[in-house]
Amino acid sequence: MNRQLTHVGWAAMGLIVALVLGTTYWQTWARPGLAARQDNEIQRVSEFQVRRGLILAPERVLARNRVVERRGKTLYFRRYPQGRLAAQVVGYSTASRSRAGLEKSLNGILTGTERDLGGLVERQLNDLRGKPIVGDTVVTTLDLHAQKVALDALGRTCGAVVALDPRSGKLLVMASSPSYNPNVVENNFGKISKITADCRPAAPLINRGTQGLYPPGSTFKVVTASAALESNRFSPDSEFVDPGYCIAYGKRVNNFDTSRPFGRVSFATALQYSVNSVFCNVGKALGAKRILDQAKRFGFYQRPPLETPDGERYPSGLYRNGELWYPKRDSDVDAGRMAFGQERMLVTPLQMAMVAAGIGNAGIVMRPYVVEKIVSPKGKTVSRTERQRLDRAVGPVNARDIGNMMVSAVQAGTGTAAQIPGYRVGGKTGTAETGVAGRNTTWFIAFAGRPGRRPEVAIAVALERQSLTGGATAAPIAKTVLESLLGTGGNP
Amino acid sequence: MSARNRELATLFLAALVASAAFASAWISGLGVVDYGWLPWAGGLAAVFLVAHAFARWIVPDADPTLLPLTALLCAIGLTFVYRIDPYDGRRQLVWVAVGVAVFVLVLVWLRYDYRVLERYKYVFGVSAIVLLMLPSVPGLGQRVNGVKLWVDIGPLRFQPGEIAKIFLVIFLAGYLRDKREALAQGRLKDFGPLLAIWGGAMLVLVQTSDLGSALLNFGIFLAMLYAATGRLSFVLAGLALFAGGAALLYDKLDRVQQRVTVWLAPWTDDKVYCAINGKLEYRQNCDSYQLVKSLYSIANGGYGGTGIGRGTFQTVDGTPLIPYLQTDFVYSAIAQELGLIGAAAVLLLFLALVARSMRVSLVAHDGFSKLLAAGLGFGFALQTFIIVGGVLRLVPLTGITLPFVSYGGSSIVSNFVMLALLMLVSHRAVRTAPT
Repeated sequence: MNRQLTHVGWAAMGLIVALVLGTTYWQTWARPGLAARQDNEIQRVSEFQVRRGLILAPERVLARNRVVERRGKTLYFRRYPQGRLAAQVVGYSTASRSRAGLEKSLNGILTGTERDLGGLVERQLNDLRGKPIVGDTVVTTLDLHAQKVALDALGRTCGAVVALDPRSGKLLVMASSPSYNPNVVENNFGKISKITADCRPAAPLINRGTQGLYPPGSTFKVVTASAALESNRFSPDSEFVDPGYCIAYGKRVNNFDTSRPFGRVSFATALQYSVNSVFCNVGKALGAKRILDQAKRFGFYQRPPLETPDGERYPSGLYRNGELWYPKRDSDVDAGRMAFGQERMLVTPLQMAMVAAGIGNAGIVMRPYVVEKIVSPKGKTVSRTERQRLDRAVGPVNARDIGNMMVSAVQAGTGTAAQIPGYRVGGKTGTAETGVAGRNTTWFIAFAGRPGRRPEVAIAVALERQSLTGGATAAPIAKTVLESLLGTGGNP
Repeated sequence: MSARNRELATLFLAALVASAAFASAWISGLGVVDYGWLPWAGGLAAVFLVAHAFARWIVPDADPTLLPLTALLCAIGLTFVYRIDPYDGRRQLVWVAVGVAVFVLVLVWLRYDYRVLERYKYVFGVSAIVLLMLPSVPGLGQRVNGVKLWVDIGPLRFQPGEIAKIFLVIFLAGYLRDKREALAQGRLKDFGPLLAIWGGAMLVLVQTSDLGSALLNFGIFLAMLYAATGRLSFVLAGLALFAGGAALLYDKLDRVQQRVTVWLAPWTDDKVYCAINGKLEYRQNCDSYQLVKSLYSIANGGYGGTGIGRGTFQTVDGTPLIPYLQTDFVYSAIAQELGLIGAAAVLLLFLALVARSMRVSLVAHDGFSKLLAAGLGFGFALQTFIIVGGVLRLVPLTGITLPFVSYGGSSIVSNFVMLALLMLVSHRAVRTAPT
């Protein structure tokens, strides 16, 4: 019988070994996935025993810790000294409502679990000594002064302002209105649902800079113009006749103001004055896919890279039934209407800021980033974000030409409200009409810098539920924020 | 060194490890360093010294590792039960003392020759069935958490299933020793009683809706059947019969259905109907709440664990996050606080216990002793597998106890009975060895 008994013995021991393997699976491979789940309270609560790293703007504290002694345990809750200023970017870390923003996506860094081997060993040693674990500090690129200017300028209007440094991709401003006070999320969440603004729902938790999907209106003409010049079939001097409208798919597409057709215009003038009929014809000539492929080179059809959580950044592009959609054939899309920003095209302010930045930076779109560097608790810089090229969107000559057209639009076109004395500002307005008065989405995208130098700032302003044009509503806001960033603003 | 001296030395080692574990639970619970844990450690040590003394007297040649392994497992169980709920910890210590008392009683009772049990094998067989059916007797059985496993007699509530398991092993050891040659020939008429066991398992399953206990008893039966006959085909046929029977009855077993659903898909992306509150919920917030929270607990441990007393089992307000943590889910507490290293060590203690039991079975001389030890050893292994495997989502989760570790009186006491039987078999095997 001993032979069988040996078999039974092996089987019995095999069962226990299976348990060791099962435990190994959950504690190693499956661990990060489980830790990231929203309903994982154990992970969340246990991390309140970690002294989280700070989140800083270069000169101000965005998030710090509040120490609470409870049941003999030291817990670290979060305080956000800047309140609503950068609430959607920084996000929150609470016991009652999980996390959002950088607090969510950089959780591993802030709790010190994403370190090199030496750092992890030190973390474990501190744990054994009973010392609190201290996370790494995150230094962001945000310019809080300009951020405040942007948020104040938005006021009760729903919308967003996003500003980048076109040369590096550094995110300078990301203001989303209405905003909320992250300090009340933990214990007084009801207060946030009572926030009102000039839109409904006010949805203050949403980061409109990266989650606001708006029709781009005429700002998309910058993308169409890039496709046109890149195709070599058009030049800034190409001549068009503007009858005041264009026939697309048998339907008349009007200019913004049909009473004054422009007659014979050059392509450059058409962008300067935002002539729909010209772009409609250019779009029909190029075809939808060519324009969309150009858009992709600006970053459309992918989540714009940034350190905030993936779920808080939406890709721009054509949407159908609420989902991102890329046409199989040219004939699936009305290229004429798409060329000036209609036809189910939806974009985020960050994406449009990247378009302006790409034109301003001689055609090269830099990868946007908001984390400047990570600093260890001992003050050592652990890592610094290197600037990185995302894509070459247009050739340098074409970028210069389109840039000049945008400069003309600000000097003597639709965007005159954004002029800043002593600076070269190139911009493009946008007014996406919904057909209902007071429901337009208005836009202004621009780059600005000293004459003869590479532009230092690129900006996108998007406003919801407007009655006037982008030139009248969004351009002035862009101007004040640009002034603040360029250091020419009234406030010291 | 004699077997008992080795046992004493190993017990001393176990006491050191156990004291360190319990002391850290005690100190972290209080937040200050004091020596209040000493009476607990001393109490547990005293209990096991009593067990050792009786082993020295009655079974001096028994395997010297079984008792220290049990002591360490009990100490780990006590540490975690205390750490989760100090009140339950006190009761657990009492239950361990009762368990050792029963251990001593069994040793004393069977000190001349435990093989008398074989004579009463049918009594044990019938009693096993009766005990298993007891909880479904109206007025006697108590349904707790949807499973009928408990019986109330006066102020005492106990799980007859735990004792039935031992009776079943004794019956099978006796019966299979008698019939193994006949069974090995595969004549159909010899299979009557075995089919009756299968029928019994199915009946118990329907009556109590407890898949875990049915699986455990049937698994022990198959292992012993294989050990006795050496016919793998019997095991396969048995498994097929069990699976077929369970599949046929599946529609009637709401409880089992729910367990299987939870096992296959604990997380849902959409809200599904939740029978607990009648609303639409994500399954992770409803039926699979316990399993999912327990997996989070295990994952939170990582390699090294949080350390005893520093795991997270409550929200910041102090609301418990995992229900039944000290009984069914004690392993997920251990895995969080001791980490992969510690949890694997605990599993290795079980592995050692199982391996030593199997060794006892190999060195025993007569068929009854061999089958008895193999059945008990395999029982430990399978029970550990069913509960820990359930917690780890290897198999559907069913509420049975982790031997010697989980909080619960019936379980502790019956496991000590199993230990006593193993030591008796072991002692006899060495004592009567041809030299």
